[in-house]
Amino acid sequence: MSYEKPLPVLDPESTPFWEATRAHKLKIVKCGDCGQVRFPPTSFCPHCSSAKIEWIEASGKAKVFSWIVVRHPVPKDVYAMDVPYVVALVTLEEGVRMPTNIVGCAPEDVTAYMPLKVQFRDVTPEITLPVFAPHKDPRP
Amino acid sequence: MFALRDKYAIAGIGWTEFSKKSGRTVRSLASEACIKATADAGLKISDIDGIVSYNFNDSAPAIAVATEIGVPQAGYAVDFLSGGNAANLIILSAVAAIEAGLAKTVLCYRAMNGRSGFRLGGGRDMSAYNITQYTAPFGWITYPQAMAMWCRRHMIEYGTTPEQLGEIAVQFRKNAEHNERAMQRAPITMDDYFNSRMIVDPFHMLDICLETDGACAVLVTTTERAKDMVHKPIRIMGGAYGGGPDQGEDLFDAIRWPDHAHNYAKYIADDLWKSAGIGPKDIDLAQIYDCFTYSIIMQLEGLGFCKDGEGGPFVQGGRIAPTGELPLNTAGGLLSEGYIHGLNHVVEAVQQLRGDAGVRQVPNVETCLTTAGAMTCGSALVLRN
Repeated sequence: MSYEKPLPVLDPESTPFWEATRAHKLKIVKCGDCGQVRFPPTSFCPHCSSAKIEWIEASGKAKVFSWIVVRHPVPKDVYAMDVPYVVALVTLEEGVRMPTNIVGCAPEDVTAYMPLKVQFRDVTPEITLPVFAPHKDPRP
Repeated sequence: MFALRDKYAIAGIGWTEFSKKSGRTVRSLASEACIKATADAGLKISDIDGIVSYNFNDSAPAIAVATEIGVPQAGYAVDFLSGGNAANLIILSAVAAIEAGLAKTVLCYRAMNGRSGFRLGGGRDMSAYNITQYTAPFGWITYPQAMAMWCRRHMIEYGTTPEQLGEIAVQFRKNAEHNERAMQRAPITMDDYFNSRMIVDPFHMLDICLETDGACAVLVTTTERAKDMVHKPIRIMGGAYGGGPDQGEDLFDAIRWPDHAHNYAKYIADDLWKSAGIGPKDIDLAQIYDCFTYSIIMQLEGLGFCKDGEGGPFVQGGRIAPTGELPLNTAGGLLSEGYIHGLNHVVEAVQQLRGDAGVRQVPNVETCLTTAGAMTCGSALVLRN
């Protein structure tokens, strides 16, 4: 069965991100000059305007910033089997925010600032999506 | 900062029927509203020399409307590729065009087959390119889904409740009952609100505005010229457009936005009130952009009608009713009157300030705020009679 949901169309700025997720790694951009990290990846640093880019691997740990529970599927035929599902903005340990899905728990159990860990979903042979699941962090 | 206090005015307003299926071209809706706004001011189309609108590739361009209605020569004909955030910006741009000498009399319109044609709220195109490659693959596609994410942050930070959102929906429907333009006039109760379908938690169906076919237009000129026209000029005291840092790559995107419990309103408040020379306490009534119930709360806080986090309690207890301390969205708003992308708020403001709002007229009105936009950027006007 073909995959009906939206798939990322890679561009020169995003290709390293999606190549990394395909290898089950989560990577973000760090400015080669001032060191500020950013997501989504863009060509210039909004802090110092530098074009020098380093890709760093994120720890994969994150916390819930905000979330929604989609109950009415749009488009209906594409998401009918998925609802209810959780879309979240999560804050990575490195400080940037990222949209994702929260998996591995009931939608009702999601709470603000809940600790999460990245998981990788190979949705097609070419594309892997980073999703997050609840994670008990032993550190304080 | 806008520095032309009271120099410009709205001299004409026009609108079409608001429906679910107009059976007409968007251009003809725009033309009807523009012809009516021109006639309302007591002018002829030959007096028009500027025209401006905003759209999401779902409308007719300004030159197409100018052509249909027979504008002889337009020194200013501009389309903003923009959302509801531009509903007040196009009026400021009309003022700027006149001040620059590009035109003297400018029609500002928004037209859409928002239900029978392109449904803005129903989802964007399913391709996930540019910024949408980081959102759409996770099933994060529609504007209600975008705004629900903001609303949750307000609930997390301030404990805002569904009852408070419901209060907004119920009050605006009550207001629409007295508005012959409104698409939804049957009263609703708080039970109806809670029983309405959960679309995207925390939003019920009744938190989400209507999809509408229709058009609105307003005619902008100098206050001096407007004095010779049919109605008392409704003067533009002040105005502002903008937002904060990290406004994102499009209207949906707010990944880097500092704090989703606060929207653009917080960032334009100082400019708005300074330009108008008055403050929130001097506002008699307000037409606040309500694509969703929640957007009201952020704008009340951001513009200083209440403190951060107090927007929820503020809307309770009748304060926003026509008889309350700050009557809001007296025509029913985008939630119950219709969604002409916020320009219908300006039409209602002008009717109220003229004293022409019929049974829904709020007594002794001298000043009215209008706002446009819900997320990272927006615009606002302070109008007076």
